[in-house]
Formats: sequence, C-alpha cells, structure tokens
Amino acid sequence: MTTKTEPPSRIADARLAAALFCIDPGGLGGVSLRAGHGPLRDQWIAAVRAMLPKGAPVVRLPFNISDDRLEGGIDLAASLAEGRLCRQASVLESLAGGVGLLPMAERLETGLAARLAAVMDHAASRSGTRPAFGLVALDEGLSPEEQPPTTLLDRLALRVDLTGDFERTDAITPFPRAEIAAAYGRLPDVAEPEDALVTAVCEVALAFGVASLRSVIFTLKVARVHAALAGRSAVGREDIAAAARLVLAPRATQAPAAPDTEDVPPPDDPQKDDSPSDAQPSESEHDGPRDEPENLSREEIAEILVAALRALLPELDAPVSHRRPARARSAEGGGSGGGAPTLSLRRGRPIAARAGTLSGGARLDLVATLRAAAPWQKLRAAPDGEARLALRKDDMRLRRFVRRAELTTVFVVDASGSTAFQRLAEAKGAVEQLLARAYVSRARVALIAFHHKGAGVLLPPTRSLTRAKRMLADLPGGGGTPLSLAMDAALSLALAERAKQRTPMLVFLTDGRANIDGRGEAGRGQAEADALTAARKVGASGVRSLFIDTSLRVRPDADRFAKAMGGAYAFLPLLESRAVAELVTREGGRALGG
Amino acid sequence: MSRVYPFSAIVGQDQLKRALMIAAVDPSIGGVMVFGDRGTGKSTAVRALADLLPPIKTLRGCAFHCDPKRPPTCTSDCARRAPGVSPELETAPMPVVDMPLGATEDRVVGALDIEHALIRGEKRFEPGLLARANRGFLYIDEINLLDDNLVDLLLDVAASGENVVEREGLSLRHPARFVLIGSGNPEEGELRPQLLDRFGLSVDVRTPTDLAERVEVVKRRIAFDQDPSAFLELWAKPQARLRRQIVSAAKRLQTVAIPDRVLEAAARLCIAVGSDGLRGELTLMRVARATAAIEGAGQVTLTHLRAIAPMALGHRLRRDPLDEGGSAVRIERAMAEVFGP
Repeated sequence: MTTKTEPPSRIADARLAAALFCIDPGGLGGVSLRAGHGPLRDQWIAAVRAMLPKGAPVVRLPFNISDDRLEGGIDLAASLAEGRLCRQASVLESLAGGVGLLPMAERLETGLAARLAAVMDHAASRSGTRPAFGLVALDEGLSPEEQPPTTLLDRLALRVDLTGDFERTDAITPFPRAEIAAAYGRLPDVAEPEDALVTAVCEVALAFGVASLRSVIFTLKVARVHAALAGRSAVGREDIAAAARLVLAPRATQAPAAPDTEDVPPPDDPQKDDSPSDAQPSESEHDGPRDEPENLSREEIAEILVAALRALLPELDAPVSHRRPARARSAEGGGSGGGAPTLSLRRGRPIAARAGTLSGGARLDLVATLRAAAPWQKLRAAPDGEARLALRKDDMRLRRFVRRAELTTVFVVDASGSTAFQRLAEAKGAVEQLLARAYVSRARVALIAFHHKGAGVLLPPTRSLTRAKRMLADLPGGGGTPLSLAMDAALSLALAERAKQRTPMLVFLTDGRANIDGRGEAGRGQAEADALTAARKVGASGVRSLFIDTSLRVRPDADRFAKAMGGAYAFLPLLESRAVAELVTREGGRALGG
Repeated sequence: MSRVYPFSAIVGQDQLKRALMIAAVDPSIGGVMVFGDRGTGKSTAVRALADLLPPIKTLRGCAFHCDPKRPPTCTSDCARRAPGVSPELETAPMPVVDMPLGATEDRVVGALDIEHALIRGEKRFEPGLLARANRGFLYIDEINLLDDNLVDLLLDVAASGENVVEREGLSLRHPARFVLIGSGNPEEGELRPQLLDRFGLSVDVRTPTDLAERVEVVKRRIAFDQDPSAFLELWAKPQARLRRQIVSAAKRLQTVAIPDRVLEAAARLCIAVGSDGLRGELTLMRVARATAAIEGAGQVTLTHLRAIAPMALGHRLRRDPLDEGGSAVRIERAMAEVFGP
C-alpha cells in the first residue's frame, strides 16, 4: 500500500476527458488540448470523432477565420461568378451538435477569442433555440507564456496535457460509442448537485486559488457527466475526484497551508488504491449501475477534492514563486500588435492595394479592383450583349494597411551574489519608469531574473504598471550566476513575443561572470562556454539585445557576450534606474527603426 | 422567448448594478467603466440589463432607431419620408450592442454595402455597430485592449453624438448617441486617459471571495441552466419591480431638486480630491440626482452624494503613476474632510 494516493495516469485521464467531453460537448464548452503535433494528439482527436454520435460534425476552424465565415455573410466570389447573391453559412451554424477544432490555439487572436466566447455564451444562454457545440483548442504552445487567450480558456471545462514523455505503448482508445450515447441519455436523470457539494467545491476552489466561478460550475458539471458515464444517479466519490483532477487541478494557482499531509495519509486512501477503475468508470459500469447515493457530507467531499488535487499538484506543496497562475499569465495583446512595421489586411494606415483572394478578413479595394478589370471588359463582354460588369477573381485587389510596431523590452536581471538586491531594485525602478513613460506608446516590459540554479519569468510581458508593481513586490536574490540558462529563457520569451508580432528586445543587467553551466552545475569554465553558445543563439535569432555591464571594471568577458549576441554593450558600474531607462529607450528606438 | 439571466437575480455586485441602473436612468451621465477580473459576471450584468430595460419606440424600418419625437436626423429612409405622411412606429427592444475586440473599423462605423454595390450597382450604406447602438448601450469588453484607431473613433463619436462616414465614396452622417459601457482588467493594459475621462462612472468588480456569496452565485446559475423558464418565472416579480423603478426614476428625474448646500458640498469635494475640470462636478450632481430618483426621493441629500462619490470621481483624479495609495483612499480622505467623519 502506498502512502501517497497515485492519480490515474495522464493517458487514462486524457481518455476520460475525451469521453466526458463527447457526452456533453455543449454543456462543458470544450477541451484545451495542450500537445504538439504527434500520434497521441491524433489518437485523441480520432477518439473524439469515434465517440461523438454518427454524423455529428467535427469541423476544423481555420486559424484566420474571417468574420463573414464566423457569422455568415455574402460569398463574394460566388456572387460575382453567378451574378446573383450567394450567401455563405456561418461555420458555427454547421457546428451545431458537434465539435470545432481550433488549431494553433495559443496564437489565436484575442479578438477572435472574444467573438468565439460571445457566441458560446449566446449558445449556452439560448440552448433552446440553437443546438450548442463544443470546442477543442489545440494548444501547441511550448513555453508557459504561450497559451490560448484566457477569455477562451475560461469557457472550456476540461484541460488535457499530452506534452512531455510517454511510453511507446501508450495509446488513447475510444469508449464504445453506444456507451457514450447511453451516458448522454442518463445525464438528465443524474441528480443536480446538492448544497453540500456546491459549498465544498466553492470552498476548495477558493483555497486553491481558482477565482473564476465558471470553473466551479464546470467542476460540478463534469462530476455529473462522470456520474452519468458510470451509471450513477447521483454524484459520488469518484465523480468528485475526477472533476477535481480534470477541471480544478490545471487551474490551481496556490495550495492552502497543508495540514501535516506527509504523516497522515488522506482518509479516503483505501478508496484510491484500487483505482485504475477511477479513470475508467466504464469498467465499473459492467457490474450494473450502482445506485446507492453516497450521501457525502461537505467535509468528506472537501477531503476528496483536496486529496485528488494534492496527488496531482505536488509542486504546489511548497510555496513557489515561478509558477504563475494561468489566469494572471494572460494572453494579452488584443487585436493590436505588429512587429517592426507589420503589414495587415485589416487595420492601420492604408497603403497600396495588391491582388489576392478575399479571405481572412481582407477588405476589397473597390476602386483598384474596378481599375484592374476595366481593360478587359471588351474581351469579356457577354455574347448576349448584356451590359454587366465582368469581374473575375484575378481582378480583385485587396486593401493593405500598415500597423505601428510594438516593442517588448525583456529585462534579464542578474540576481546572484551580494549585489543582487541593488541590481534588482534598479531594474525594477527602470521597469516602472519605462512603463510610466510608455503609457502612450504602448510598449510592453517583461522581467526575467536569474540566480542560484535557474532563470524565471518574474513579470510576463505587460503594459500595466499596476501589474508590474504587484508582481515585482518581492524579488529573490543570492546564489550563483546561471548566465546561459538566463539567455535561453530570454530567447524563448523573445521568440514567443515575436510570434505575437511584436518586436522583442533583450536587456541584460549583469556583470557577466557566469559560474553555473547549462545543466545547473557549478563550474566557471563550462558555464562561460555554455553562456557563449547561448549568446550565439541569441545572435543567430536576430533578436536585438543590450548588454549592460554592471561590474566595477571593464572586463573583456561581458563585451564578448555582447558581441556574440550581436547587440549593443554599455558599461554602467553605477547602476541607476534612470540611466538604464534612458539607454533602453534609445536602444528601443533603434530596434523599431531597424 | 428571451432566456437571458435576469438582472435582478445577480448576486452581490451592488456597485455595478447600481452604476448600470444610474446610467439607464440618465444616459447623459456618460457611460460606465467596469474594472475587474474575468469571470466576475460583468458581461452577464450588461447583457441582463438589455432584458431589464423597457423597449423603445422607433420609426419602422429605421436602421438607427430614430426617435419619432425628434426631428429626423439621419439620412436613411426615415429622413427621406414624403412630407406629410405620418411615419409608422414600432417598438424595439432597448439596443445593447456587444462590440467585439477585433472589430474592424468598417463594422463599427458602417461601410459600403458590397452586396448592393456589386450586384445592383447601387451605392448603399450598410450600418455598423454605432448605428445599432443608437439610443441604447454599446458594450466593449476589454476596452483597454482596443485598437488605437477605434479608440479615437469612439472618442470622436461619443463627443459629437453622431457618426460621420466619409469613405468608399459614401458621405453621410447619422445619430449615434449611446451609453458606453467598457470593461477591462487594468493589469492587462491601462486605458487611455482621454477615454477614461469620458466615462461618467467607474466601478471595481472583484470575484467574490466570500464563500456564502460564491455558493449562492453557483446555485442560482445551476438553477437557471437547469430550467431557464422556471427560473425566469421565479424572478419575474423582482424583475418587474426593478423595471418600474427605473422607468419612474427616468420620468421623475427632472423634478428632483438639488439643494444649494448639496451643490456646495459637491464643489468642495471636487476641490478636495483635486479632480480636473468641471466635468467631475457635473457628473457628480447628475449621478446623485439619478440616485435620488431611483430611491424615490424628492431631493438630493448629502447621503446620496456620499454614496456615489467614489464611483463618480474615482477615475478622475489626476494620475500619479508612481503613487502607491490608490484613488479610493484619496476620496475617502476628501469625504471625511468635507462631510465630517
């Protein structure tokens, strides 16, 4: 017997999540599936297809879907070809009763996410008039900063994570379709949650820092669907545990002060030990529906929830500073954004039109289109002599706009050794000054601190002074100097920013004395070699950098790193936030200009 | 059959509900800005408001919901009515328009109707969101992330009350008077000060941290999802009462007296908090008057003033980006100074 409850494997939970989703796609909103492109993800999607009722649509929503397609509108190309009005149906209409797949959800525009969310809310609030649909957000994000917009995430009940290593033998198989259909049929008969359950879920969610009440409601819904799958007429122990794992655990941002969990095994331990069946209620179903309402008290339910959460969130047992609440991480950026002057087909200052097809929300430039079509009118004249303008697809000219570039300054601050405190304080000052100044220019600032054996994002890219102040309230310090790890972390953040069409710039505040290597081991020689490699990677990526040397004497090392990164170098032994802010502003201007 | 969650059933969020009601009673106040996290029921409250408010009378077929009692102001068909023909009237629900974050300028302002242009060769205006929101509410979630060019546009329209379209060979203007409701999380990007200043009221909305309140929210939501009709039935009476309250408050608004000593206190309060310009004072008085009207009082009292001062002035203080104290503290201090403890 183990002392710690072992949660079902991630594969089993992924399979379970797929099954629960297929039972009630509209009610649960959807699944955020975090996984790279690969066999497991394909299997998961195939399982969903296999479990949904026959004929239920599974539609891949194009990443750059236009408003017309999203909400229905005129099919311009068809209208022109036919000479009469042709409409195209909304993609969402075609989704009714089925599932939409959102590829590359981590790059979804906040604006599109907001519209999807509005449609989902609408569908949910008027479920009588329009059959609801479910969404699967295919999140291919690599770093924690890359994730689908929170507006959307908040409305998807389930989270499945298939990243990382799995056994070769791991596979996701569908439940029999009939079983899913039967569970759907039973769903209305499962008792609505009792007060004790509602209260306990609210209580535990609050304790684990899950603020959104939508998540609480989803927890209750998932528990009910799980009960329906297992053939129970009321929510029981296993249903609660499953809901805690699938809904609450991925959203937890903190762990309550643990009452001596190490010594005493959770009281419901025996229950858990026999449980692969925990993940596969289908098996228990074969013994015939167990229809004993368990009549759990509020305390018992809370214990089950907490045990399920703790088993899954060991890293939350200790207070951690680098793990950020998914909520606060927040995919920002709205409809705005654009790297060093970005071309856009929709917004910004207009520039010359170009030929192309109308898709992805592009706007037709009527005058340019007509001008392009004009020379051909004689040739195209209809044989019946009808005087109609003959427009062909090739004539279409699209408007283009240019958008202002947006800069993200990433401070990479050395928090090692004895001067850590001063460096961090001045860096913090510089961040605040930049944000106060950048009020109108809409620049973003992020901060990565490195010390001891790692580098962590203390402040994800933000425009908000309020947020910067809160997140930088207390900063860690001391220990060794893992410069290469810091450079890697900075580069990955910079590339994520670039993917969001912003122009990143790295600002290093360090004396450049690396003494922790890329694997977190101490040793100056290897550490410097690793740092140089990392610096070259930054250089190769073309991300702009500024290396502010804070050592007391000019040393060749720091300059060497700056050169390897292909960036600027400044010697600033008397680190002072105002001077840093000045330097960064000047360098930032160059980053945008060049 | 409307199945919107009823306004009267929203748990807590008293400040938000009060602010929305005040804006409904006196649209000239200038909109409500809601600060807060996601999932706090901001959108629910705004969408529920549409359902709560009484319908408006408009000219049949007018895309801008023109008011029959006023001279025609728009250039659509209703203005081109043959003189002497009395217009047909119709009742429309109070417009509450959701403006999505990624909306293009065309969709907001309106644009050339491509269907007509290409197929019939006619130039016709396809009204945008501003037209739809006329005489109602325009709701922008995450307004702080809105594109700059749209913010400029909104500022212009909100100031002039009309939308001027000069594009794609179109040239027209139509009325666009609406109550702007914005929401956003200041942690994700701050609001342009010029835009913030347009709002008459600002409220902070937090996720409730009180367990009992959270349980109640979840319970009501479950009850609503389970059987919307029964839930609406259950809340029909409070909903009707609230509607009557708003309608009668709007009617009596102009008759509510404002005693001189209240005016004086308002002025002193504005001076004490150092709010910019006269706009603060004006809003303060209007909001206090609407509050008195909602409460059925014949005149504005200091209690009314005191209750609404934080939401009318909170966002108007001269900003100091590095001031740690927050505006609430400064207003509290000023109130204690003016009204006594």
